[in-house]
This record gives sequence, structure tokens and C-alpha cells, in this order.
Amino acid sequence: MFVLIVGAGRVGSAVAQSMLAQGHEVSVLDHDPLSHERLDAGLASSWEETGGRFTVGQGIEVEALREAGIDDADVFIASTSGDNTNLVIAQVAQKRFNVSTVIARVMDPARATWYAEQGVRTICPTLQAISMFESAIVEVS
Amino acid sequence: MYVVIAGGGKVGWNLARELIDKGHEVTLIEQTRRRYLTIEEELEHAVQYGDATEMWVLERAGIQRAELVVAVTGDDEDNILICQMAREKYDIPRTIARVNNPRNRELFELLGVAPVVSATDLILRLIEHEVPSFGLVHLLDLHAERLEIVEVEVTPQAPAAGKRVSEISMPEGSLIISVLRKGAGFVPKADTVIEAGDEVLVVLDPGLEDGITDLFAVGA
Repeated sequence: MFVLIVGAGRVGSAVAQSMLAQGHEVSVLDHDPLSHERLDAGLASSWEETGGRFTVGQGIEVEALREAGIDDADVFIASTSGDNTNLVIAQVAQKRFNVSTVIARVMDPARATWYAEQGVRTICPTLQAISMFESAIVEVS
Repeated sequence: MYVVIAGGGKVGWNLARELIDKGHEVTLIEQTRRRYLTIEEELEHAVQYGDATEMWVLERAGIQRAELVVAVTGDDEDNILICQMAREKYDIPRTIARVNNPRNRELFELLGVAPVVSATDLILRLIEHEVPSFGLVHLLDLHAERLEIVEVEVTPQAPAAGKRVSEISMPEGSLIISVLRKGAGFVPKADTVIEAGDEVLVVLDPGLEDGITDLFAVGA
């Protein structure tokens, strides 16, 4: 599978590394050239030598998405630090490039829930944390 | 009319002031605390503090009863999302969005956010109007209707110069609707002779611009 990940923060870079280790083709797009260091971290050789791709560019710009290989992507992951950026580029991946699997990270539970109802697959770490806190409290009480 | 405006920058604040002066009810939403406090000194209860891409902030501003939502933040993603939620979640019939980066215009269209306003595009259009060497000036673009009106100054070398309207083979899907000559405009007839220096208004399907330039503005 070809996985395109936009946003190489903690989440994006970790998912990129594990997908590459599992034998998938992985391309990462981030506006910050320094985010490349996160992709190298812990690898025996560099990210590119290990087989990964990295492109510097804005996820909202169609040309940057193209350069990062969106036309061939089977999976699109929107994991930038901005909820709204993730929701916009996820919809672009779906509607413009017909990527079959599109997942967006959305911190705000309200937006994550509503957009999921509109057909955008979202992952909300905030909701996960809330339910983990709740069950942890239930366990001790 | 009740209007919710997202983004209290220069555009948003001035827009709010003008609309209030015209007797409309306005709520402006600004997410920077300092900016909010400055605006609040003038607009008082007509400005609220918060992130306009958060639903509870929109709902606190009474978006459900808004007749118009205007998204003029400095962030295109935010403007897209605000208008998308206004239309699809809150059933607001009318939205207006600001495009900060003209390259993002197609994303607004793709996600069904219309109409949009781009200051860069507007200024570019003025420049085209002021500098006729650009050849063709866009006067009106109706994207949804797929129709444009352009103005073009006829050059001496142009194939159309010195010809009757009936002799000019206009591209299929285009029509001369008016001629401006020596400061006066008129609707041409079939036997009107187009002269070099005339400004010709043409209505056309998008994509036919090059054909119009080849006929009227050769050497521009």
C-alpha cells in the first residue's frame, strides 16, 4: 500500500515509521524541513535510505500534495497540528483525488464527531483521553 | 438582517461597523484576546471572544438564527470550515468567505463554499484594467453559470480591426455585446465596422479567452 502522511509531528512521524517498517510505501509531507529529523530518529540509516519519501510543502496546496504522490496514494493521513487544516485536506484527498482511505486527526470532539457524520473518517485523541480518564476513575472508585 | 462575522481583523471590524450603521444586527467573533478587548471598547456586546471554528462559539453567537455568515479570518482553512458548517450544519442559506491566498480558491469551490472574495484577485483585476497591455480585462466572472464578460482593446494589427461585425468569425460561444469608442458605448449591429482603438466587450464561455485575444488584441 502507498500511504501519504501530511504533518510529521509526533503522531505523523511515528505512524510513518511503523508503516514503513511493515513494508508499505510511505511518503511524508510537512511544511517544516526540520521535521525530517523526527523521521530519521531511531533508524539505523536515514529515512530516505530506509525507503521513505519526504517532501517539504503546505498540505493545503494541491501542487505540494501532487509532488508528495497523492495521485497514487491508497491511504491519506492528515496529522498536521491544525484541526481545520486536517479537515480541509482530508476532504480534498477524498473529493478531488478519490483516495480510498482518508483519516484526519481532529482534536476538537465536536468537529471530529460532526465531520465523521458527514463522511470524513476522524480520529479524536481528546475523546480517547476523556474515556481513558473516565474508565481509570471508575476502576479506582 | 442578523449577520455573524468571523474574524475581527481590519475587514471584519470595518464590515461590522458598516453593517451596524446600516441598521443590521451583527455579532463579530474574534479569537485574539487583546484584539477582542480593543474592538469591544467600540462595538460592546456586538463582539464576542472565541474561536469561530468551534461550534459552541458559533452557537453562543446565535448562528442558528443568522441570515448571513461572513468568514473573513486570515486563515483560509478556517474560512472554509466556518462556511461549510454554517451551510451544512446550521442551514444558513447565505455565506461569504474571504480567500487569503488566491491559490486556495479552487479548494473553496471544491468544498462548496461560495461566493468568495479575494482582495489579491480584486487588485490584480484593477491592475489589468489600468495596464491595457495585459490585452484582455475580465469585467465579470460568473463561475457557477460558466459565463464571462471581458473587455479588449482592438490593436491595429488585429484581424478584427477594420472589419464589419458580420465578417468577424467569433469563436462558438462568444458574442460582441458592446463597443466603446471615443468615450461612448453602443451596441454594434452586423454592419458596424470595428476600428483599432475600440474597446470591445465580449460575453463568452470560459476558456475562449485566447481566441478573443487572437482576433482583437494581436501585438498587445
